[in-house]
Amino acid sequence: MRFLRQVLAVARKDLLIEWRSPARISGLLFFALALLLLVAYANGGSTFLLPQIAGSTLWIGLLLASTRGLDQSWAVELERGALEGLVLWPVMPAALFYGKAIANTFVLLIVLLALCPLTMAIYDVGVKEDYLIFLGLLFFGCSALAAPGTLYGAITARARGSSVLLPLLMFPLIVPALMAAAKGCSALMSGDIFNEAEIWLWLLIVFNVVHWSLSGLLFRYVVEDT
Amino acid sequence: MSEKSYAPWKDYIPWEHFFGVVGLCSLAAGHIWGLFYTPPETNMGDVVKILFVHVPCAWNSMLVFTIAFFAAFVSLISGRRGADGVLAGAVETGLLLTGLTLITGSIFARPTWGYWWTSDPRLNTTAILFLTFIGVLMLRVMVQNSERRAIWSAVATIIAYVNVPITYMSVRWMRSVHQIQSSPSDVDGPLKLVWRISALSILALAIWFITRRYRIEKARQIAEAAPPLPEANNA
Amino acid sequence: MQGDSEAGLHVADVSRRFGRRWAVARASFSLAPGERLMLTGANGSGKTTLLRCLATALKPDHGEIRLAGECLWTHRDRHRASIAYFSHAPRLYDDLNATDNLKVWARLGEYSIDAHSLLEQVGLPPDRTEPVRTFSAGMRRRLAFARILMQKPRLVLLDEPFSALDPEGRTQLVKLVDTLCGDTAVLIVATHLPRTAISLCHHGIHMEAGQITWRGAHDDHPLLKGAT
Repeated sequence: MRFLRQVLAVARKDLLIEWRSPARISGLLFFALALLLLVAYANGGSTFLLPQIAGSTLWIGLLLASTRGLDQSWAVELERGALEGLVLWPVMPAALFYGKAIANTFVLLIVLLALCPLTMAIYDVGVKEDYLIFLGLLFFGCSALAAPGTLYGAITARARGSSVLLPLLMFPLIVPALMAAAKGCSALMSGDIFNEAEIWLWLLIVFNVVHWSLSGLLFRYVVEDT
Repeated sequence: MSEKSYAPWKDYIPWEHFFGVVGLCSLAAGHIWGLFYTPPETNMGDVVKILFVHVPCAWNSMLVFTIAFFAAFVSLISGRRGADGVLAGAVETGLLLTGLTLITGSIFARPTWGYWWTSDPRLNTTAILFLTFIGVLMLRVMVQNSERRAIWSAVATIIAYVNVPITYMSVRWMRSVHQIQSSPSDVDGPLKLVWRISALSILALAIWFITRRYRIEKARQIAEAAPPLPEANNA
Repeated sequence: MQGDSEAGLHVADVSRRFGRRWAVARASFSLAPGERLMLTGANGSGKTTLLRCLATALKPDHGEIRLAGECLWTHRDRHRASIAYFSHAPRLYDDLNATDNLKVWARLGEYSIDAHSLLEQVGLPPDRTEPVRTFSAGMRRRLAFARILMQKPRLVLLDEPFSALDPEGRTQLVKLVDTLCGDTAVLIVATHLPRTAISLCHHGIHMEAGQITWRGAHDDHPLLKGAT
């Protein structure tokens, strides 16, 4: 129970910090939006091509924005030595990980929910059925980025060249999740003729189970500084 | 007159050089034989002979990454610095073998499938595996503190290893133009022997590379070792 | 510094290196519950490294620290809540105001606090809503001290507690440290201002190049006599 209380306390702390500085979430949103627009312009605004690439562009935009968000999430812990304070308080390392990963999931979800209607407008797509599966893809896609991203963010924030290192570590790892989320969303945006969205959702859930448990187990080695 | 005594040869020559010499010689012999003295394949002709490199590299890369996984596990649990040396060697050797797999596979694909690369589950997962471990290598390069480097790269290796079974099983789990997992029993007579020699030679070379890399890490640890503690004073 | 009791702090031959340099070498002393130690030394003498080892932020490379009869590093999860460590880093969140910072730490440690009262105790205005990033260095130090006032510690470690504080702040801090420690906590203060810390402490040790070079009663301290 103490573990759960600490998880919730950490998540609440992170969400409170985001609430007090909304410029950070807005920054992520506008960064992803800029990417969406750039891709649309680079493809000449093609009404044939854009609906086909809407799903993948949406997720790539979020992925690139997420590295910035994950960096920021750890920067606030390092700038005044709060991370060491958390370890010595003590906050259980696994609770610290899950609390931060949950908060990061919600931050990414907020950005994604704001991006979706904009994407649908710019790329002329829409989801007409299976809303629950669509929401599941959005939620589990965000959590799939958040778990390994939170673990690797804790490493790269304290290493040299973190702006390059976090994407380098994270991107190859989350390709299955990116693929599942993008293909699932694309399928739903084009009517899901082959009923594949649910399969992609299950793949996303399996990815989440593996990485949320593995990252939670390994986090204590990352955060203790001996 | 006092007799001079000599230490046995094994005290001078590191044992891993045996693997290096045997590996190089058998690799050379096997590939010369395979290239010039075995018959061409019925459908693909001589092009198929690149598989004497491609398939053993693929097998051994997965085996070496598995060694890296176990070294990472031991490094994290026991804190043994030697395990970090094995980890460094295994990651670098695994990357070399995976890179060769991708290049030779591409060379094989062009005349047989008609393209250098395609979006295929086996090809994609192998490329992703390569990039994942590049990330682990870059992490090792960018972290100066040796203890942090050992712990963090062990964590990153364990997570990166999740991709290895996915890559191996991709041809069964997903529709792929790549053939399913192969073994020497899939081929006839002289090709089977060349394949086995190639696989074992590359394994011997991998052991040689990993052990030499371990020795380099060990030498670095000795150079960084603590100087003796000063004597306690009487204050 | 008798400290024979199992209940106190025992530091035996503690050493810690960074690279090839021993930052702390063979530090040994014992303190009984309620005893207070002043730790002095020039910059780079090893004071902070020693305090970080005592706080379990660093693992000693050699030697052992025992608190209440148990090896501190092995049982660090159990002992960390009873160690109040006031370090150079304020452990604050710049985007939150003072009250939010205290409430966050209270929730994480499951302490019930009255944030307003804590802020008044350290001389900060309790109704200030600006984020901590607008605070001066001295105000941040006061807020950082308010954080550790929540704890009921067995071991109190203060690293340069008087830096960035005005004279009034220093006097206030001395009183607060007394309250925090009570009669039972072990206190170790690392300081460049022995004349301020002297009223708090019973004993002193002086460090040079990682080693303890002097120990004794606080008012015999060489820095107080003008010697270095």
